[in-house]
Formats: sequence, structure tokens, C-alpha cells
Amino acid sequence: MNVQELIANPWRKHRFLSLWTWVYLAWAIVPVVIAIGFSFNAGRSRSVWQGASLQWWIHDPDLSLLHNPVLGSAIRQSLVLGVATMAIATPIGVALALGLARWHGRGSGASNYLMLLPLVTPEIVLATGIFFTLTHLTKPFLEPGTIGQIVGHVTWSIPYVVVVLRGRIFGVGPELEEAAMDLGAPPLQALRRALLPILSPAIFAAFMIVFALSIDDFVTSQFLSTGSYTQTVPMLIYSSGRTAPNPALNATATVMLVISLGAIGLAGLGMKIVSRRRGMESETADVARFQL
Amino acid sequence: MARRRRVRSEGNSLAMLYPRGFWKWASAPGVVWLIALFVVPFYVIVAMAGGTADPLTGLATPELNPAYWDRASFRYVIEQLWASDGVYHVVFLRTLRYVAFAVVLCVIIGYPVAYHASRLRGRRRSIILILLVLPFWISYLMRMLAWVGLLNDEGLVNRLLTGLGILENPYPWLEGKSVTVIFGLAYGYVPFFILPLYAALDRVRPSYLEAAWDLGASSFRTFVRITLPLSKQGVLAGVAIIMLPMFGDFYTAYLLSNGRPETAMIGNAVQSLLQETTFAYAQSRGAALVTALALLVSVLTLYYIVSTAKATREATRS
Repeated sequence: MNVQELIANPWRKHRFLSLWTWVYLAWAIVPVVIAIGFSFNAGRSRSVWQGASLQWWIHDPDLSLLHNPVLGSAIRQSLVLGVATMAIATPIGVALALGLARWHGRGSGASNYLMLLPLVTPEIVLATGIFFTLTHLTKPFLEPGTIGQIVGHVTWSIPYVVVVLRGRIFGVGPELEEAAMDLGAPPLQALRRALLPILSPAIFAAFMIVFALSIDDFVTSQFLSTGSYTQTVPMLIYSSGRTAPNPALNATATVMLVISLGAIGLAGLGMKIVSRRRGMESETADVARFQL
Repeated sequence: MARRRRVRSEGNSLAMLYPRGFWKWASAPGVVWLIALFVVPFYVIVAMAGGTADPLTGLATPELNPAYWDRASFRYVIEQLWASDGVYHVVFLRTLRYVAFAVVLCVIIGYPVAYHASRLRGRRRSIILILLVLPFWISYLMRMLAWVGLLNDEGLVNRLLTGLGILENPYPWLEGKSVTVIFGLAYGYVPFFILPLYAALDRVRPSYLEAAWDLGASSFRTFVRITLPLSKQGVLAGVAIIMLPMFGDFYTAYLLSNGRPETAMIGNAVQSLLQETTFAYAQSRGAALVTALALLVSVLTLYYIVSTAKATREATRS
């Protein structure tokens, strides 16, 4: 068979490409599924299967996820950061997205670029900068620790909120708000009763995306941590090389994976509702927008 | 006069519906936050690199006035990066090598996948897309942890290879092997490459391909002359978006080689300098190294920002 044929014809069945894609997907996903599987291992190994048990989830009196305070505390810290970050970053980001879409005065162009920059800055640079600022400049008032970690997460989350919302905002014309104002609504009420309801699925998606990004974050959490109380689940995984890990670590990671995929599933649902309501907008645009 | 011009330049009635400056004030919290916690920290990094040791604590503190910057840390870092026997020279070259190999792997693995996904329609496409997005939302560290389990001496990979007779004894994948770190980087970042490329390939209009087809171009020629050039932007954007975090990555190398120095990247050097508290200038040197890193990637950053801004403008116009 001709290799060139395999690469190109857009109308024939691509057996090679199809196979390549499925092998890729297996490579990308199966290792994680195996790691989840090992959380149910009966032995201490995370590599050799010794039978199924819930020992590392609930039964072991000291080391299981249920009983080991270190694991529980890491999950709690991850969730605290996630919830606080979405609660702070989403409103700021929504206002910024609306503002940047509709404010065309001096400074708006620069603000647009400023908003994009954190997305393309290596996180280590951002985290180092915030770490120095918090330890040397704002110390008694604002310092590393839980609050510092939240501040760091919010900083790189704001642009994601803007990106998720921007596309939706461009699609909304002034008609609804004009109608609201013609009917006598003052501007703020028109905004609240006409514009925000249309955007609400996207806003909801932004909440969920920020939450998922925050609980999966490692670098910022690590740089702004001050000790065991501020340790998150990704930090726990990072330090596992030094602590002779057991399958309870896999169980902990699995819990976070379920929570984060659940949040994203909800976000996808929200986006789907809005695109169905507007009856256009392919899922392509959504995927691309999730990316940046 | 000035007011009329403003209204016309805004070109829609929204400007008149809301009070003047309404949208500017809506942007203000976000803009102020980003200035205070993104722009200022950048300056603090440079100030820290030019800082001097505090006489009380013995630790470096940032010098906010550029006139008093101490250039010793900058000079040290540049020397160590440049000189062929410098401490950071080896690490820097290794980082470049790892990133280059990993990016090439990502392109080889990712292009066919993105191309295939963009050619699918309907239900099959939705399923593939969901699966492609999935790794994106699984914690990066969790995905690396999965490989630590697989690459152990008694892990699945070694058992498979010895079982098949390819290896006689288990290979120590996790003992500071470049090949492991490069594959780890490719594994970690390839989903981030596929998605923007997929978006670019999806924008290639079927009518172009039909036209080439009707004009008698072979399928290979159609691919080389139409699809490939039209996806160039997508490939470059994807490469930029994975290279940026790869240059600052330190956790992949750390997790996949038990923190060994043989596979340390620039990010690992930064990380260990920042944690150092016994030597006064460690943090200054860390700051100088971060500055060097930021300058290095700024080319990529600028490229990405400009091309994204262009794409956004085109999208909003249509």
C-alpha cells in the first residue's frame, strides 16, 4: 500500500491514522488507569499486583487514605485553594472580560496584552516573582502560606476566565441590553438581568475550569508553601520520592482526579447548554478556547 | 468634538447605553491585580537579582532602586552559563537538548492524531475529542506518578521487556536516564500540543481540498501543498505553547529520576537555589537565573502573543 495515500486522502478511511490515534490515546490514558488500579492493591507495591483490597482506601488503621492525617490534610488544602481561587478569580475575570471586550479607550490595548502574558509565562517565573514579592515586599501584610497560595493561583487564573468568556461576549449583541433599557431598566439592572443570564453557562464553566486548574496546580502551590499545613496533593506526589510511597498515595491522587474531571464535566455541560441554546458554535471552538 | 470621535470609533451603541467609563472601571480590578501580582513581581525578580545581603539576617534582599543594583549575581550566572566548564552551562545545554527532543517527539506523535481528529465528523469526532482533552485535566503530577509505578525495577515496562526477552535484567529507567526524562516530557506535554493544532487543522476548509482534488492533485500533494502550509501556524503555536513550560519544568526530571543531578534541568537549578538559605546570595543567583530564563523564552512568548492576537482579530472580524 502506498504510504502517501495513507497520509493524505481526506475522504477514504484512514486505517493507519485511526490506529495511530487509538495507540496514542491508550498510551496517554492507560498508565493513569493502571495507577488508579494500584490504589486497590492488597500489597504495599505500586508496581506488582497482589490482589484486590480496600486496605489503602479505608482499612489500614494508620496508612489508609481515611486514617492518614497527612493525606486528608493535603486533599483539604487542595480543595480550600480551589474553592477560594474560583470564588475570587472568576468575578474579577468576568468583569475584566466584559471590560476588555467593550472598553476601547486609552490603555485597553495594553491591558489586553497584559491579560495574555501570564498564560505564556513559564509558571516557575511567575511563582518565583510572587514568592520574592511576598517574602520581601509585602511580608507582614501578605506572605506565603495559604493566603499566598490563593493569591498566586488567582493571578494565573484570571486570564483563563477571560479567555473562556471572551468568545461568548463577542457573540452577544447590544440588542438585549438596549431592550432592557428601553423598558426602563437602569444600566446595572440591564447588565444583571439581560447580559449576565446569557453568559451564565460560560461563567459557570469558568468557575469549574478555574477550580480544576487550581487543584491540579503544583508549581505555585509549592513555591508559596510554608510547611506541612500548606501541602497540596500534587506537592505530596512530588515529594513521594523521599517518603517511600504506598498505594494510599494513588488513592489520594485518584480522589483528586475524580473531583477535577467532575468539575470539567460540569463545565462542558454548561458550555453545551449554551451552544445548543444559540444553535450554532461547534464544539471545536470550545476545545480551542479551553486550550487558550 | 472629542466625544463624538470617541463614540464613532467605538462603533456600537453599547458605549452610549452605559455611563462613561463603565467598562473601564469593570476592567480595573483585574488590571490592578495583574499589575500588582504579575508586573511588579517581574520587577522584584530583577531587583532581587541585583540585591545585596541584609546585614541582620545575612540573606539577600531586593534592591528596588536600579542605581544601587549589585551586578555580581548577574555576572556570576552569565559566566556560569557561558563558560564551557560553568555550573549552569551543562544544565543549560541539557535543557535545550531535552526540550528539542521532546518537542520533536510531540510533533511526530501529535500531528497525525490532530490531523485524524480534524478529519472525523459526528459522534466519532466527539468521542475522540473528549479522550484527547482528558489528559489535559488529569493532574500533571498524577500522570508522572503513573509512570514512576510503570518504570520501577519490578514495574510493568521492565517485566514486559524481560518477559519478551528484549532485556536480560530490569533497566534502571528511574536512575537519572535522559531517555526517561525526554519521554516523560513528551508524554506530559503532547496533549497541550495536539489541541491548538487540531483547532488549526479544523479550520482548513474542505473546499480547498476538494479543489485540489478536482484539479488532479494526488492526495499526498494535496496534503503537502494545502493542509501542511495551512497548519503551519497551528504547529508553531503548539510548539511555542509546550516549549514555554518545558523550559521551566523541574518536576518531570525530579520525579522520573529520583532527583538525581545527571538529568537536572534549568528549572531544577532555580528550584534548589531558591530553597537554599545558608548561602546569602543563593536567592539572588536564583533570581538572576530566572531572569535569564525569562529572557530566553521571551522570544517564544512574543511570537505566541502576536500570533494569538492576530488570530483573535480575525475571529472577531468574521
